[in-house]
Amino acid sequence: MSYINGLQCRECGRNYPADPLNVCDFCFGPLEVAYDYGKIARVISRKSIESGPLSMWRYKDLLPVEGSDYVDLGTGYTPLIHAKNLGRYLGLDYLYIKNDAVNPTYSFKDRVVSVAATRAQEFEFDTIACASTGNLAGSVAAHAAKAGMKSFIFIPDDLEQGKIVGASIYGSTVVTIKGTYDEVNRLCSELADIYPWAFVNINMRPYYVEGSKTLGYEVAEQLGWRAPAHCVVPLASGALFTRVWKGLNELADLRLIDPISTQMHMTQPKGNSPIVDAYNSDVNHIRPVKNPNTIAKSLAIGNPADGIYAIAALRESGGSAISVPEEEIVRGIQLLAETEGIFTETAGGVVISGLKQIIKNNSIQRDEPTVVFITGNGLKTLEAVAHTVNTVPILPTVDSFATAITNRL
Amino acid sequence: MAKLKVNFTFSDNLVLRPVIWELGREFSVITNIRKAEVRDDFGWVMLELEGEESEIIVSLDWVRSTGVQVDLVSGDVVAG
Repeated sequence: MSYINGLQCRECGRNYPADPLNVCDFCFGPLEVAYDYGKIARVISRKSIESGPLSMWRYKDLLPVEGSDYVDLGTGYTPLIHAKNLGRYLGLDYLYIKNDAVNPTYSFKDRVVSVAATRAQEFEFDTIACASTGNLAGSVAAHAAKAGMKSFIFIPDDLEQGKIVGASIYGSTVVTIKGTYDEVNRLCSELADIYPWAFVNINMRPYYVEGSKTLGYEVAEQLGWRAPAHCVVPLASGALFTRVWKGLNELADLRLIDPISTQMHMTQPKGNSPIVDAYNSDVNHIRPVKNPNTIAKSLAIGNPADGIYAIAALRESGGSAISVPEEEIVRGIQLLAETEGIFTETAGGVVISGLKQIIKNNSIQRDEPTVVFITGNGLKTLEAVAHTVNTVPILPTVDSFATAITNRL
Repeated sequence: MAKLKVNFTFSDNLVLRPVIWELGREFSVITNIRKAEVRDDFGWVMLELEGEESEIIVSLDWVRSTGVQVDLVSGDVVAG
């Protein structure tokens, strides 16, 4: 059953059919899926969701697919953990970690790719593709394998070996491009126009981004059908931030939760914070960062497609925007690992350190339920924390051990 | 023939330079402006370029050489 009315331009409002399109022909604005919420309201309920699978697809009525043949690796319905230790350290009684590090390919990208791959299948594409420096590559390759589709992954030729293996292991064709970041962007944009493939975040983008709404849905359901007072989110393109906000609002509009008063807080690393900088400068145009220089590679998007819309969501919600000093990112990773036993990648370090600053700014009160979104697994960015490793060398004797750990007991 | 939707960002004195007119004169590329904002010290123009791929590439290299920043309208497509 389809609840998709079509696509609509977010800028000029022009309508388009629900085809693999992402840009308005007239004003070049981004296209967004338009739903028939009236029809959805007649079929959706807390009970209908609760009776669904323990995955993101329990929210199928709100996702932009027409059938039920999902390309699903078992993504979503990830743990929402009451972070009592971290909360005690920071002075928050109701701090929660939404841990998407445990998805099938270890990042939240599995949500958006699951939707894009399902829709691509519905469009009868036989090939899906993406350009990526990390998480997206692995997720696309894995979902293509599950769907029996071919996949092409385009990467800069200086990408770390681990990330190349993480995509090619699924049988994908991994294409390494010898060129600048700008050249890789331009080439992939052109290829999306030439080849009849589903480029997940180009011609499939309106469908792709909707997968992130499931993070908002899950958080509300897991909190007992209520929205948190605060959401703290890391931003790359800004799509995740806008979709968590959209997801919470959809639930409220459908009367599945009470009207929300959630404040959305955005965090970016100082080495690449075009959205935070635009918000804090009170301008209406994002100035792209030419050469992002941050250890948070998954957030190193210099020209964020959803930047302006993320700022609009922040303003609507009354949240805040924080850019995190680079030297605080690893400390954020360590703090989460040492208090809650969760090992997150560098984007998670940005969020945790960003949360510390937000609390310092008195933007969150002790008793306000706050959710921090952890979007990827620490095993993906080992090189960023390798320097923090400390081991205790000893000789193979009891005395040697006892001496070595004297100060640790 | 290829098409590419791009955003030019102008800072400081570059706002006064007729870069798009120069581009159309120097290269075999059709320029089609869809949106723009020009302030005293900052401006941006959203436009589509149409022409042979090789010509679009060299024309954008030239635009960059003037100091104008060039980005895709759709935002970065290389994701993390």
